[in-house]
Amino acid sequence: MTHFSALSLLKNALTGQKNWQAQWPDSQPKSEYDVVIVGAGGHGLGAAHYLAKEHGITNVAVIDKGWLGGGNTGRNTTIIRSNYLYDESAKLYDHAVDLWEGLSQDLNYNVMFSRRGVLMLAHNVHDVQSFQRHIHSNRLNGVDNRWLTPQEAKEFCPPLNISPNARYPVMGGALQMRAGTARHDAVAWGYARSASQRGVDIIQNCPVTAIRRGPDGSVEGVETAKGFIRAKKVAVSAAGHTSVVMDSAGVRMPLESYPLQALVSEPIKPIFPCVVMSNTVHAYISQSDKGELVIGSGTDQYTSYSQRGGLPLIEHTVAAICEIFPIFNRMRMLRKWGGIVDVTPDRSPILGTTPVPGLYVNCGWGTGGFKATPGAAHTLAWTIAKGTPHDINAPFTLDRFRTGRLIDEAAAAAVAH
Amino acid sequence: MLLVHCPYCDETLPELEFTYGGEAHIARPENPADKTDDEWRDFLFIRTNVKGPHFERWRHAHGCGRFFNAVRDTVSDRFLTTYKADAPRPDLAVLLADASMKEPSK
Ligand SMILES: Cc1cc2nc3c(=O)[nH]c(=O)nc-3n(C[C@H](O)[C@H](O)[C@H](O)COP(=O)(O)OP(=O)(O)OC[C@H]3O[C@@H](n4cnc5c(N)ncnc54)[C@H](O)[C@@H]3O)c2cc1C
Ligand SMILES: [Zn+2]
Repeated sequence: MTHFSALSLLKNALTGQKNWQAQWPDSQPKSEYDVVIVGAGGHGLGAAHYLAKEHGITNVAVIDKGWLGGGNTGRNTTIIRSNYLYDESAKLYDHAVDLWEGLSQDLNYNVMFSRRGVLMLAHNVHDVQSFQRHIHSNRLNGVDNRWLTPQEAKEFCPPLNISPNARYPVMGGALQMRAGTARHDAVAWGYARSASQRGVDIIQNCPVTAIRRGPDGSVEGVETAKGFIRAKKVAVSAAGHTSVVMDSAGVRMPLESYPLQALVSEPIKPIFPCVVMSNTVHAYISQSDKGELVIGSGTDQYTSYSQRGGLPLIEHTVAAICEIFPIFNRMRMLRKWGGIVDVTPDRSPILGTTPVPGLYVNCGWGTGGFKATPGAAHTLAWTIAKGTPHDINAPFTLDRFRTGRLIDEAAAAAVAH
Repeated sequence: MLLVHCPYCDETLPELEFTYGGEAHIARPENPADKTDDEWRDFLFIRTNVKGPHFERWRHAHGCGRFFNAVRDTVSDRFLTTYKADAPRPDLAVLLADASMKEPSK
């Protein structure tokens, strides 16, 4: 496999770009693996990479019903931040940000992680109090986050409308400077390339139809469109379809699947220096390196697997963006799309072991799991390799819905995020 | 946008008049003190999240204000039926047979 470097770029430029190799082979399934991962999104592919790289487990297959990275990994607005309220969340998301910083080097693949800062706007007294509480709690946890006055927010993000009679007045904002964006496809591709280079099979266009359990209840393997594949360890990272897959193993999940939409504008010259989120009006915006404004919306109110979402959500979001950034009033939007996100009752993920021996899960990321990709994949690989929870993922058990030890980021933020 | 039929107003109206109320036919425990932790988990947190016909509650928030139930296919988002809150759970097989009769021939 080619090692990407300035030298390899130059060499291939001189030979007319004709000698690049495929970055990973399109594998066909073997009859047995040590570990099968269901779902070739960032989380599944990442777990395969860390299993191979850090634990020497390479007899692994990552199976997807579609193409790799075609789920929420390739559909999200790529916001990365770690300013969550509770200690458990701060540790998990900050672990991810630590890994994001070295990911391009680790994978020899440019994931274009850009620490451009994420500014969360406060529009009312409740927002101000809640964000200031977040800032204090974050700082106690060593997570950077600070308060900006409306004027400071405007200096940081000049297109912002801070006029006192705005439809959504800006009363300040919380700024995490270490936060930013990354190139979503490159994350899936970089993990896929690295995992497959180390011997992992990536099997696309192959739906997993059921998880098979043996007489003692433990996992035996997965039924797929390409036949039965034996494996003593199976990990499910199927995002919006996780509860469907887990049902087949007899495990009922505290998950509901909702459409979440995003849209992009026509490309324009660089104008938007950071990421701005407004949880209260459900609008998120940044500018991609191609120049498009990338705008994220809220979830539809009803559960669905239609991967579409309703137009009223888009209208609402775009209307809010135009109020907060009047400069974008006459921008044209190019396309919109939806993904199906798996939402837990406390808006925290479910990560680790399950009641079924040999079955692991990494799900419940809802509207915000891209940012956690390296951190979650890294700790899940540890758990799969050792069969026990990792310090960081231990609180995020499925069992918390029985014991009541919820990590209630939903109540903390008052919205899905 | 979904068009939702309110069985009380007997009118089919835009989704914006309605709020979604989650899965239907989840009965509150009659003797809460007798419930085990597992049963509480199932009651509070576990949902069928079915990919297909889903029994769910809606409320005509900007109309008559009443709660009612619906069966909607979560793949196509098409409603198979809506019915009043105190009506019994409809037979899915019958609903599906009716829906396939109404389907335009291909
Ligand atoms: C519009 C939108 C905007 C978002 N914005 C952000 C954001 O700004 N920041 C952020 O942190 N997060 C964001 N998210 C959430 C984020 O995208 C997800 O939490 C994250 O990408 C999940 O990654 P994953 O690898 O678990 O899932 P996915 O990338 O969805 O991968 C799951 C894979 O499982 C496969 N699969 C499903 N069922 C089966 C089966 N039976 N057999 C085989 N394969 C199967 C699917 O095909 C899919 O490829 C957003 C999501 C959406 C939809
Ligand atoms: Zn009504």
